[in-house]
Amino acid sequence: MKRLVNTFVLITMILIFCPKCLSEEPPLRIGFVSFLSGPASSDYGIPARNAAMAIVSSLNAGAAPNPHNMRGFSGRQIELVFIDEAGGTTKQVTEFNQLVLRHKVDFVIGYLSSANCLAIAPAAERLKVLTILMDCGSAQVFEENNYKYVFRTRSHATMDAIAGAKYLLKIFPEIENFSGINPNYAYGQESWRDWNAVMKVLAPKVESQSSHMTKLGTGHFNSEISSLLTKKSQLIHSSLWGGDLKAFLIQAKARGLFKSTRLLLVAGEPNLQKLSGFIPDGTIVGARGMSSGMLDNQSDLNMWLKSIFKKETGETASYPVYSVANAILGLKKAYEKARLSKLQKAVPMADVAGVQEGMKEAYSPPNTQQIIESFENLSYETPNGKVSMIQGNGHQAVHGTSYGVTRTLEGKVNIENILFFPAKEVQPPGNTKSLDWIRNRLPTRNP
Amino acid sequence: MISFLAILIDGLIYSSWLFIIAAGLTLIYGVMKILNIAHGSLYALGAYTAASLSGLWLSMGFAPIGSFVIMLLSAILVGIILGPIIERGLLRFMYGRDEIVLVLVTYALFLILEDVIKLIWGVNPYYLYQPYALLGSFEILGLTYPNYNFLLLGSAVFTGLSLTWFLQKTQQGKILIAVIHDSEIAAAQGINVEKFYLITFTLGATLAALGGVLTAPMISVQPGIGAETIVLAFAVVVVGGLGSLPGAALAALVIGLVRAGTVHIIPELDLFSVYLVMATVLIFRPKGLFSSQEERKI
Amino acid sequence: MDRTLAFISIGAVTLILSGYAMPQWAVFLTTVSLCYGTVVLGMILLVRTGLVSFGHGLYFCLGAYAAGTLKPFFGLSELVFMLIAAILVTTITSFALGFLLRKYRDIFFAMLSLAFSMILYGLLSKSTELGSTDGFNVTAETAFGIALSELEYGRYLIFVITVGTSWLCCTLLHLYLLSNKGKLAEAIRDNELRVEYLGASVNNIIHINYVISAVLAGLGGALMSISIGHIDPEMSYWTTSGEFVFITIMSGSSSVIAPFLGAAVFTSIRSFAYEYSPDTWQLLLGVTMLVIIVFLPEGLWSLFSKIKKKGSP
Repeated sequence: MKRLVNTFVLITMILIFCPKCLSEEPPLRIGFVSFLSGPASSDYGIPARNAAMAIVSSLNAGAAPNPHNMRGFSGRQIELVFIDEAGGTTKQVTEFNQLVLRHKVDFVIGYLSSANCLAIAPAAERLKVLTILMDCGSAQVFEENNYKYVFRTRSHATMDAIAGAKYLLKIFPEIENFSGINPNYAYGQESWRDWNAVMKVLAPKVESQSSHMTKLGTGHFNSEISSLLTKKSQLIHSSLWGGDLKAFLIQAKARGLFKSTRLLLVAGEPNLQKLSGFIPDGTIVGARGMSSGMLDNQSDLNMWLKSIFKKETGETASYPVYSVANAILGLKKAYEKARLSKLQKAVPMADVAGVQEGMKEAYSPPNTQQIIESFENLSYETPNGKVSMIQGNGHQAVHGTSYGVTRTLEGKVNIENILFFPAKEVQPPGNTKSLDWIRNRLPTRNP
Repeated sequence: MISFLAILIDGLIYSSWLFIIAAGLTLIYGVMKILNIAHGSLYALGAYTAASLSGLWLSMGFAPIGSFVIMLLSAILVGIILGPIIERGLLRFMYGRDEIVLVLVTYALFLILEDVIKLIWGVNPYYLYQPYALLGSFEILGLTYPNYNFLLLGSAVFTGLSLTWFLQKTQQGKILIAVIHDSEIAAAQGINVEKFYLITFTLGATLAALGGVLTAPMISVQPGIGAETIVLAFAVVVVGGLGSLPGAALAALVIGLVRAGTVHIIPELDLFSVYLVMATVLIFRPKGLFSSQEERKI
Repeated sequence: MDRTLAFISIGAVTLILSGYAMPQWAVFLTTVSLCYGTVVLGMILLVRTGLVSFGHGLYFCLGAYAAGTLKPFFGLSELVFMLIAAILVTTITSFALGFLLRKYRDIFFAMLSLAFSMILYGLLSKSTELGSTDGFNVTAETAFGIALSELEYGRYLIFVITVGTSWLCCTLLHLYLLSNKGKLAEAIRDNELRVEYLGASVNNIIHINYVISAVLAGLGGALMSISIGHIDPEMSYWTTSGEFVFITIMSGSSSVIAPFLGAAVFTSIRSFAYEYSPDTWQLLLGVTMLVIIVFLPEGLWSLFSKIKKKGSP
């Protein structure tokens, strides 16, 4: 209710004192970076781009439900500038510079690849532009640096391992051994490392048998599958995604790997419906964040997101769509909060002499500095629940996660036995490094 | 024991796949002296065409076994349409330029085709998984393999044997060997070298597409599948000796077995086992396993 | 003083002076172009010797990692030391690999260098201490003892140092090409046997040129890591080396100025393609590449030499 009043106050005040403000202000420009080519474009980059377009046009029309129902960002229209994320860090940092310096975007949102996130963060600091990393999973970004202009509206990947292990031990306490097949790059290596660290703490007797690290995009898993077949582990841990995951599932299913082995996919959710037919029943799947595919979230915001995405693309909203919503809505909230607090500060006109300047300043749009202040430690509503920016000195989002097991019915993949893990059970508090936290703290929390 | 046998079988399957792709690449290099990076795009195009055409066939309710015929037709279709377009429309203007320039031309072509594929098929994945399980499977020492792998193996052997037969037994093939050996002299003897360039490139393109077609049932067909494949095929062709068909066969075998071995025994080395083989072979046999002696220029 | 040297020096001074007035994005693009240009400078020396390396990403990456790891391993973040580290590491590595590579020619030289660079890529992707494929961030905190943290000024100083280093490399290479040893490069490309009969050792000259080109690539990589602020194994991936080869062919090898021109054109084209057709930039870049290859077979530099020829009676 309070929020509603605030919004109302803001709009009326703007309309009374500066009726032309809303129409005169030039649109805000947001640089949006996602994979438009290459292997990650199919499941992540293009859906993210489409989601950004759908969300922004709906926001510009003021069609989003409460509390995000104000047109644009507190009345200002939003424009998007798209850039491909492919091509490596050198190109990305160069293009980031071009976006900010030449195209004069006000904010940048994007990045799936952890390498790009790590490279972009210092560049954002240098150029003093508010940048939201929407999806990359590396814990390194905020654990090893202190950024002022960089925010991440998704939690990092550590909790995938912790929640996954807790879930596994709950539904399958008699497990004796496991193997892994992960993509051979930083994300996959970290995923496997975290998983082993967590299992060592939570279930020290369970044996880690063999680890396969596959090159991205190879598509041939015969050798890996044979090796896994001979090991006969009870569980296979995997952070494969996109085309590699599908290829692995097609080949593993044809060779009966899942007859005796359970599969645990930490990143399986983004494209779960597309796996219908290959994903074995009983597969444990995690969702980074509370993605809608798993929790039957009936909130207005979720319904809104699902319907506008469906209208734009004809497809069901998947993981990246929610990442984009987190990022854009967070920025919107921060922007509006900054504007409101400026106005509220200006209302008691203490100094009569400077009243005109004071009002002018109060009605001018907030600057980056003010937006950052209101973004830090912000809690806001998203289509998949509440997100709190409380880690990394208020720059890193924290939210819970869920795990469940799959069952395919009539061609549709359903998730059953869903367990929700609140943030404090699966994420290190404050500025603790995740690996240290796993090694030292986890046991005392789980007697 | 299981391990050893598994390495052998996995290695053979992987080698077959490598050979089909590498055979086209090495043939094109041998005749035209072009190291064709766009081979990767033709591979992807094959996979896409097969996935959509066979997908259509299956969705219309025709006999599933017919999808194999459609797959074969897809490969031929891609080769016959794109081969001549690329060779007549682009490459023939480049003959006589430096080998490195030709590599760059095909690299540019690769970039273009990557986006063309995206424009035609979009970015959503295509599947053609039905044929993979269609032929049933066999079991050996507790390991299950789909019989589809025999098809892969058979295609590789057939490709190798028929190319060898063509080159050594037919008149056209013998002429082609003359072109491979020295295209200038061949032209001076009255051989229509350009015609052979066209035939070779079309054949090579068909083989690349065939590689993609045969892989389509095992993977999800989506953007980016050509990029990794082409580097691997390069490695095979270079290890085997550029332009040498038996070389490519042996190299595919070596690399396939080494990769399968590393995956089973020391999985950590998987990523660069192929390049280690490549460097090692090149250090001891600078021109690859099979190579024709080139005379030094005076 | 010959005309090229005068031109290089005037160009460097103009860049340094105008860098102050140029918009920041142009300064950044110029810095990136200079780094690429320095690498391609080395490639041009190889091309003159008749060799094309498809694996110069190896030294580009090694130089960058040598510069970047000084901080985590030795606690040093002085720009000058970073450059020296890059020079040392690339010199040693290329000297060692040179014994092997100097026996190779043509496509085989290209392919063996490719294999080496991919092995480095594999090794770095495996080393979690160095951030695996994510790489890590690099900052030069001081340059000649001056703190770079003051913002505008610090970036400008890095730009000046990049221009200065490129100028130095360009000048030295030009002088080398004019020396007797340098002139032998083209002789080797034309006919190795004759060079041998003349009493010069082909292998030694190739070896020396290879080391020089590796050091230039390493310097380019180190400078790039400092301006970008991040390094990762992708610098050693074959596509990076492929870009170098493309800039080399695009530039033409007749002048030491050509690489910088080529690099500037390449980075601009790529940047424009990224911005104006984010969905089909590969198509645009590919078509541009083809157009340049077809219509400027001697490289961009031929535009200038043609004008020169037309101008002179």
